[in-house]
Amino acid sequence: MNYLIRDANILGEQRADVLIRDGVIAQIGTELSAEDATVVEAAGQILLPGLVDTHTHLREPGREDAETVLTGSQAAAKGGYTAVHAMANSTPVADTAGVVEQVYELGRKAGWVDVRPVGAVTVGLAGEQLSEIGAMADSRAAVRMFSDDGICVSDPLLMRRALEYVKAFDGVIAQHAQEPRLTEGAQMNEGETSAELGMPGWPAVAEESIIARDVLLAEHVDARLHVCHVSTAGSVEIIRWAKARGIKVTAEVTPHHLLLTDEKVKTFDPVYKVNPPLRRNEDVLALRAGVADGTIDVIGTDHAPHPSESKDCEWAQAAMGMTGLETALSIVQHTLVETGLLSWADVARITSTVPAQIGRLSDQGRPIAEGEPANLTLVDPEARWIVDPFAMATKGRNSPFAGMELPGAVRATFFHGHPTVLDGELASARSIDA
Amino acid sequence: MKHLISTRDLSRAEAIQILDVAEEMREAGTREVKKLPALRGRTVVNLFFEDSTRTRISFEAAAKRLSADVINFSAKGSSVSKGESLKDTAQTLLAIGADAVVIRHPASGAPARLAATDWIDLPIVNAGDGMHEHPTQALLDAFTLRRQLALRENVSPLGRGLDGLKVAIVGDILHSRVARSNLWLLRTLGAEVTMVAPPTLLPVGSGTWPCTISYDLDSVLNAGVDAVMMLRVQGERMKAAYFPNPREYSRYWGLDDARLGRLNAAGMDTLILHPGPMNRGLEISSAAADSDRALVLEQVTNGVAVRMASLYLLLSGDLTKESSL
Repeated sequence: MNYLIRDANILGEQRADVLIRDGVIAQIGTELSAEDATVVEAAGQILLPGLVDTHTHLREPGREDAETVLTGSQAAAKGGYTAVHAMANSTPVADTAGVVEQVYELGRKAGWVDVRPVGAVTVGLAGEQLSEIGAMADSRAAVRMFSDDGICVSDPLLMRRALEYVKAFDGVIAQHAQEPRLTEGAQMNEGETSAELGMPGWPAVAEESIIARDVLLAEHVDARLHVCHVSTAGSVEIIRWAKARGIKVTAEVTPHHLLLTDEKVKTFDPVYKVNPPLRRNEDVLALRAGVADGTIDVIGTDHAPHPSESKDCEWAQAAMGMTGLETALSIVQHTLVETGLLSWADVARITSTVPAQIGRLSDQGRPIAEGEPANLTLVDPEARWIVDPFAMATKGRNSPFAGMELPGAVRATFFHGHPTVLDGELASARSIDA
Repeated sequence: MKHLISTRDLSRAEAIQILDVAEEMREAGTREVKKLPALRGRTVVNLFFEDSTRTRISFEAAAKRLSADVINFSAKGSSVSKGESLKDTAQTLLAIGADAVVIRHPASGAPARLAATDWIDLPIVNAGDGMHEHPTQALLDAFTLRRQLALRENVSPLGRGLDGLKVAIVGDILHSRVARSNLWLLRTLGAEVTMVAPPTLLPVGSGTWPCTISYDLDSVLNAGVDAVMMLRVQGERMKAAYFPNPREYSRYWGLDDARLGRLNAAGMDTLILHPGPMNRGLEISSAAADSDRALVLEQVTNGVAVRMASLYLLLSGDLTKESSL
């Protein structure tokens, strides 16, 4: 099938028609017509390159009650994504070629987005022995990002070796920066709110000290480091310093850390329990500024679905994590575009272009130009919608934005030329043979 | 007010109403027949997920003196140890026919969660949650202080706050729900609060609390306080490096014989409170605990009266209306 996207606003910069033929952008121009193409009216809508998530938990294999590759992929498509990096903390852990190929195949069969498995840095995420990084890199899943996400690679020597070793495979270590001793039993950001609520605190320094160490290690061995879900003002400062020094570091921020603060914990509602924790308003503002000045490179959702019983309990008992795929672009618009910090072209850079580069996805995050793969997202920036977790494609009902009115709605997603989303609703999967 | 979760939520009028009703309850407790019919036919569940003999029996005595039926549920040997959720436990209690739930829980916020969710629709009394709050302890401390000062001045305590009173809270502030509940309530009632602790046992973020913070117990005592609340310090804290050893803790932050002697020598009328159970020889010496200044047993007696008042107001009265027994 061929599609003619009519009168879209490409990156908010240029109004044009876009003709998609055989999965590729065939033509960009005005007043295009193609008799064999289905017309998608896009007046007033922004056309972006398909979103690429650097940080997704699809839960399969092992926790199919929370999410499957299929449901997570559908959620991603609905959120405007055409590729996701599936984190390694499944059961079994994605620490062998077998597991990453399994996840990769499940993604291909699902057909909603490119599912790019992330390989574990250490066997079983245990932080003791390197996983078979080479075997995962050379597998059909072609893994380039490695992470023990959920757990910090805290041993400095092991982290050094991992950074060095992945260089052989053009890989990157995505670090979950959390000093384990400083966060034993930690429940929320350590500060005024934790003092009042009597919750074991999660100090900013536990994140910042690991990032400081890791950027120096990355410099020493001249390797690529990606910092997952940066959450504090101090982390932004350290990364800004590292980049000024020429260190090969990239950084990610989640949508929820761009909007929510630890004030939310006063409700004791575990929907706000997340790792890293929600921080202070000063941190939120520093993170936004970090995105605006390029210190923070990408948005990663850290989409972390949980079954309802994992949140329908007291705070200390609850699982950490929030869903995010279907709200990410709206939060980006709300916190970064409508605040005047970013243009839509910048949004494309932080949600698609650079995420694809970090993960070395050659056919994602490409320019919107003739001859490029048709991974595209149409968003209506004027739309307003009330977040209803029960109307989402993800199995997880743990959205911290439930009940909020958010701007911007994904109207269509094209995955290699196939519309996975049309009129704001899931359309159909792309055939595995396409 | 439908629940008693936090002293931070209490207005001055509400707090004073509870204290005033507790005065009536205490007076009733001195009669030959201590029992009142107020909650006859009602069932109060003591839902204790954490070991506590003192608080549990105090609530039990309070409910029974109001003629309520009491069900004691403790986590040990219950279905909780088999993995039952707080939600299911709470709904089971509702199905059994509970009219109010008194809950102690190791997780901060568990009572607030019970009150906020649609799991059950019953009055919830927080009997201590994690390191968050212990509102009835703060109320009984305030009651004890108010009553003591009224006796000293030979006036009625009814309707009064604690305006201008200087109170020092000393010890493991970081882990103490008693300290937090006392801070908010004492401030609401007009008292001035000083927190005294080693820096390791003060929470990061407490700098904005409406109190003075000091590391130096001697200077605080020498400056003169009306009351000093000694908090229990658990010896296990030493293992987590909060302080080098119990002796050093006691030397710097314990109310030991030397400090008691200096209070006596200076002729100060500083009262001593302790929520119990005491570690004699650690945060408080035996001489201090047994001195005329110590109100420790008075606190226990008053605890029953304050808990009677709380249960009564939540179950049959209205905190905003004039109470009548």
